[in-house]
Amino acid sequence: MSEIWILVETRDGEVTRATRELITIAQGLGGSGVCAVALGPEGASAAARLPVDKAIVVVDEALGTYSPDGWASVLAGLADTHGPTAILAAATSRGRDLAPRVAALRGSDLASDVVALEREGDALLATRPIYAGKAMATVRVAGNPAMATVRPNSAPPAEGAGEPPVEAATLPEGYAPRARVVSVERESGERPDVSEADRIVSGGRGMGGPEHFALLEDLADALGAAVGASRAVVDAGWRPHGDQVGQTGKTVSPSLYIACGISGAVQHLAGMKTAKTIVAINKDAEAPIFAVADYGIVGDVFEILPHVTAALRARGTG
Amino acid sequence: MDIVVLIKQVPDTASRIQDRVKDGAIDLEGVTWIVSPYDEYAVEEALRIKEAKGGTVTLLSVGPERSASALKDMLALGADEAIHIQDAAFEGLGPRALAAVLAAAIGKLPQAPDMVWAGWMAADQDQGLLPIYLASALDMPHVSFVTSIEVGEGSATARREIEGGKEVVEVDLPAVFSAQKGLNEVRYASLKGIMAVKRKQIPVWDAAELGIDVAALGSGGLTDVNISTPPERGAGRIIEGEPEDAARELVRLLHEEAKVI
Repeated sequence: MSEIWILVETRDGEVTRATRELITIAQGLGGSGVCAVALGPEGASAAARLPVDKAIVVVDEALGTYSPDGWASVLAGLADTHGPTAILAAATSRGRDLAPRVAALRGSDLASDVVALEREGDALLATRPIYAGKAMATVRVAGNPAMATVRPNSAPPAEGAGEPPVEAATLPEGYAPRARVVSVERESGERPDVSEADRIVSGGRGMGGPEHFALLEDLADALGAAVGASRAVVDAGWRPHGDQVGQTGKTVSPSLYIACGISGAVQHLAGMKTAKTIVAINKDAEAPIFAVADYGIVGDVFEILPHVTAALRARGTG
Repeated sequence: MDIVVLIKQVPDTASRIQDRVKDGAIDLEGVTWIVSPYDEYAVEEALRIKEAKGGTVTLLSVGPERSASALKDMLALGADEAIHIQDAAFEGLGPRALAAVLAAAIGKLPQAPDMVWAGWMAADQDQGLLPIYLASALDMPHVSFVTSIEVGEGSATARREIEGGKEVVEVDLPAVFSAQKGLNEVRYASLKGIMAVKRKQIPVWDAAELGIDVAALGSGGLTDVNISTPPERGAGRIIEGEPEDAARELVRLLHEEAKVI
C-alpha cells in the first residue's frame, strides 16, 4: 500500500483532535507513509507541524474560506496527480461535507462515519454503525483511492509535533467556488460539542424542565464534558437540536456518558451504547437505560446531581 | 422556484433492528415503513419556499412498490407532483449509482429545478452521501446540514450546523440542499390533502423510461461483507445508599475501576 492521505481540519488555528486521531488510524494501516493534506493558510501552517511523513498544502488566500465544491475540486485534482491509496477525513460537519464531493469527482468508494478500519490489499475494510448503531456493517471500500470518514473518538490522537517535508501545490487556474462560507456564528460557551466530546452529561424528560439543566451544566463543567439531551427534551424545545443524542441526533462514542433522567428509548440507546463507560441516574428502577449502564443510581436527579458534582470537585479530577 | 425533493422510505426509527440481524444480514420482513425523518424537513422547507415564492414541488423516490405510500404521505402535505422510480435493477444500488438514476430522472422533468432538497442522511444506512453525489452528478453546488435558508434571486444564503455553531454559506442556484433537524417543524396533512391524494395516480419510471443502461451502473457503492449486532452490554451495578454516599461512591468507581476520570 502506498501513501495514505488525511485531510487536516483546524479550528481557531489549531489542528482538531479528530485530525490527530486520523493520523493514528492511518499509521495503523501500514503503507509507505501518512501524508497530511491541508487547504488554506491556516490549515497549511498547522499541517507543517504534524507528526506525519509528509504534508501537501495549498496556501492560496482564495482557500482561506471553505467551499465544498471548490475545495473538493482542488483535492480531487491533487489526488489525480499524486495517486494516494486511501484518503481519510474526520466524520465531522466538514469531513462529511467535503469527502463525499471528492469521492464523487474521483468515482471513489467512501465509507461514512466508520469506527474501525483495516486494510485488505489496496482496499479498506471499514466497520460502520447503521440504523444509528442498532447494527454494525462491515464493508469493503475499493481503491482509487479508497475513502472513509472516521467518527471522532475512534482512536487515540497522535500526540506531539513533527517537521514533515512540505510540498506546496498551487491553486488550479479558474478556481470558482459556487458555495462559499461567508461567516461563522459561534455559540457562546466553552463546552465541547457532543459529537466530538470525550465525556458527555445528558439529560432527559426526568430533568423536569429546561431551567434544571443548570445542574447538568455544573456537572459537565466539573468534568470538562459536553451537555447532551434526549429527543424528548429537544422536541419539547428545552435544548437545541444540536445537542440531541440518538437516532435523528448525534451518535456518539465518548469514554464517559452520564444519562440523567433519561429512560432509554431504543433510538437513544442506539446512539450512545458504544460509550466506554455509561452511568445512569433515574428515579425509575425499571428504566431501560439501566440495562446498558455500567453504574446506576436509582433516585432523584435533583438530589443526586449536586452531590456528584461536589464529589468530583472535591477529588479535583479533570 | 421549481423544487425537487428526494424521499426515502426507511424502517420506523422505533424498530428494534438489532433483533433482526441474522447470518450477516438484516431481515426487514414485517417492519413498519416511514418517510426518513430528515426527508420530512426537506419536504416542509420546499413547501414553505414554494408558498413564499411560487413555483412547484416535485417529489422523487427510488424504491420498491411500498415506496408509493411514502410519496402519497408527502404529497398530502401539499407537493404538486410525485414520481416513483421503480425497477428491480435499482434495488440494493449504492449511492453513486442511485445518484446517476436520480440525475437521469431530474433531467427528464419538464422544468429544470432551481433547488433540490433531501434529508442529510437516510435513517437506515446512515451514509449521508446521496445528496452530495447527486449535486456532483448534476454539476450543482451543495450545502449540507442546513438549519435555515433565505432564498434570493439566483442565489441563497443558508446556515449549516457545525460543531459548536453555524456556518453561513452563500450559494449560487441551482443547488442541492440537505436538511438537518431544526430546519423547521413539519406540518400535518389536512383532511383535504389526504383525500386529494387518494385519487392521485403516481407515475412510475423504470430504467427503460429513464434511458438507463443498467449493466453500466455497477453496484455504485460499497460491498457489504457482514452485518453484525454491536456488542451487548450487560447491566452493571446499582450503587445503593443515601444520595451523598452514592455520589461519592460513583466518583470513586469512575476513577479507580472504570478509570475514565
